[in-house]
Amino acid sequence: MSDDKQKVTSTDEFIKGLWRDNPVFVQVLGMCPTLAVSNTAENALAMGLATAFVLLMSNILVSLLRNFVPKQVRIASYILIIATFVTVTDYAIQAISVELHKSLGAFISLIVVNCLILSRAEAFASKNTIGKSILDALGMGLGFTLALFCLGAVREILGNGSIFNMPIFSEGFQSWIVMILPAGGFFTLALWLLIINALQTRKAKS
Amino acid sequence: MLKKTLDISSSPHIYKGRSTNEIMKNVVWALLPVVFFSVYSFGLNALLVIATATFASVLTEHVLCRLSKKETTIGDYSAVITGLLLGLTLPPSFPLWMAFIGGIIGIALGKYIFGGLGYNVFNPALVARAVLQAAFPVAITTWHPAFLTDRFSSIASSVFTLPFMEPKFDVISGATPLSAFKFDGVTTSTAELAFGQVSGSAGETCAVIIILGGIYLIARNMMNWRIPAAVLLSAFVLSGILYSINSELYPSPWFMLFSGGLMLGAVFMATDMVSSPITPIGLWIYGGIIGILTIVIRVWGGLSEGVMYSILLANAISPHIDSIIKNRVYGTKRKIKTA
Amino acid sequence: MSEASNIEMQNPASSKKMLLAMVSIGVISAFLIVMSFELTLPRVQRLKAEALEKAIFEVLPGTVRTEAFGVNADGNLFEIAEGDKPETVIYVGYDKNEKLVGYAVEGAGQGYADIIRVLYGYDPKEQKLIGFQVLESKETPGLGDKIGKDEEFLNNFKALDVSVSEDGKLLNKVITVKHGEKQNSWEIDGITGATISSRAIGNIIGTSTEEVVPILYEQSKNEPTVNN
Repeated sequence: MSDDKQKVTSTDEFIKGLWRDNPVFVQVLGMCPTLAVSNTAENALAMGLATAFVLLMSNILVSLLRNFVPKQVRIASYILIIATFVTVTDYAIQAISVELHKSLGAFISLIVVNCLILSRAEAFASKNTIGKSILDALGMGLGFTLALFCLGAVREILGNGSIFNMPIFSEGFQSWIVMILPAGGFFTLALWLLIINALQTRKAKS
Repeated sequence: MLKKTLDISSSPHIYKGRSTNEIMKNVVWALLPVVFFSVYSFGLNALLVIATATFASVLTEHVLCRLSKKETTIGDYSAVITGLLLGLTLPPSFPLWMAFIGGIIGIALGKYIFGGLGYNVFNPALVARAVLQAAFPVAITTWHPAFLTDRFSSIASSVFTLPFMEPKFDVISGATPLSAFKFDGVTTSTAELAFGQVSGSAGETCAVIIILGGIYLIARNMMNWRIPAAVLLSAFVLSGILYSINSELYPSPWFMLFSGGLMLGAVFMATDMVSSPITPIGLWIYGGIIGILTIVIRVWGGLSEGVMYSILLANAISPHIDSIIKNRVYGTKRKIKTA
Repeated sequence: MSEASNIEMQNPASSKKMLLAMVSIGVISAFLIVMSFELTLPRVQRLKAEALEKAIFEVLPGTVRTEAFGVNADGNLFEIAEGDKPETVIYVGYDKNEKLVGYAVEGAGQGYADIIRVLYGYDPKEQKLIGFQVLESKETPGLGDKIGKDEEFLNNFKALDVSVSEDGKLLNKVITVKHGEKQNSWEIDGITGATISSRAIGNIIGTSTEEVVPILYEQSKNEPTVNN
């Protein structure tokens, strides 16, 4: 892959987060929510979208303020910005559904320490224009959501015999309880990493 | 006539005349009586479950070797042992499809992912059982009563559950001595426990046969006697102390020793050469940890049986035990300060 | 569009500039948080109240209006004032003719994984529990969480005997028994495979009813406002 000094198109900024630099499957960032709240497809999707929203808003603000914030206090100000949007998201989710808020629990507040968001702010938004930062945030955010959904779907299908709470097997399906337990998150993540690594090695060979 | 030439070879010059293969074969010999008793007390159900688990293990080993383009290693009997041990730790009326998945998990996740025989951190059979326990907690804690009169002519309906379907258990399940004690405060006599007159996992019920198998392996110098000795001794001492404090609340040490999977675990699983320490003192510490953790889980934990988790935990720390107590290499400093 | 503008490699910025940056970001943040809090508060409160009300209506079938009370040390109900957080909250349920349907009581106790919070409905006329719901539990999914889903288990609470004796004590303490061994009307039929969780429910309801039911039974006889 040759990124150096090549002309980076705006679609590229968007696409890279979805596949080539997928935050979960390639960069292995933000493992805490990935493993903890991907037990059902619904939780995974909600968590992914919440993170994507925080990522988008913080990227915008960081990019806007990039010439205004002195270098010495940049990390502190990024954290402040991220924390603000996490709190806003927390209220918003509560207002959408108390049930959903309960099942995501403390992990909404923990988006603050999701290193994906801080790394995008530091590595991208603080050096690029708003337009690019938005594209980058959208790509990374949706890539994160996609990865979480992949995990959540597998775990819900095996662990509960359903997808988005709709049963997909006939009566009497034996659910694999381990899949909705934290251990199942590790198994599923390992499985996806295995598949994606195998695909990329094959691609590199050919 | 004297040989004219002198053979020159590199070390090792002394052979012990003993291969992995031979030791493993002997472990299988020692396990066979346990299997026979299991089939005798639980009938065809146990036979099918043990056979399925073993078949799945051996098949997985073969397939994985082929996939990684190596020569198949099923000839060294280690996959057979993993399968047999897994089958022996499952309830006799366990659905076959779950036992099959257990066999696959044991070899693939418990052994092969680390690099095959000799590299596994945990006992593969116990890894498989731990995953099964977490995945199908109801099926793995529904016990089949022993010595049913029709055990050689009929098979429990749960055994032939269709793959991925939930098993229906037909008989009101028999409680194990440990769960009977934990949830209802009923103790079972030591004699009944020692001779396997009780319900439980397929191969854990008859303590006497397990001990005999252990003695055979120790006598042939194929198993380190320190491990079972340390496990049983520490479990006995700790439960003895508890019993002397309050004999109403805690069961007798003999009950603790002969009930559940402690005997099977101490003799056949904790002694897995790959996942246990190598220094003699290390072995005592390792066994002691298993024994104590087992009693702690049984007495204060939410589960009625704790042998599996204690062995897995001890497996995890066994390299550290060795590195803490290993001898100082001659000529090095007494204390090496690490930065 | 494509050229990247880096952060200028400034000389150590003056502390004034740093202070200014942090304070202004802080102000923006504070503004955003307060705004979203104010915007969402009414809806959040409404949703929470609705959820609780729904739970109460479920455990006390036929209820259309509820009132919340606390229980004080000498066993009397008192109305909850603004900001009060009594240990035991009792919800009194009335039907559409303003007749007393029963009391909904919150109970909590240690489960297998964490504290379980439940709500149960008590009918003083029948002297029975008539409804039950798990409000909050972290029990193992697919196993311990059957306490809130298993039809057979929930049927236990359609008519669970909590009769009060002459001297104002509970006649029989509610207790969970093994699955299939329920013999008396005050026993809860447990769940196979969720022994600990179903026993925890037995303990929670047992302790809570022992304490609260005699008080409520007296209340339903004495208090005129409740009885009409």
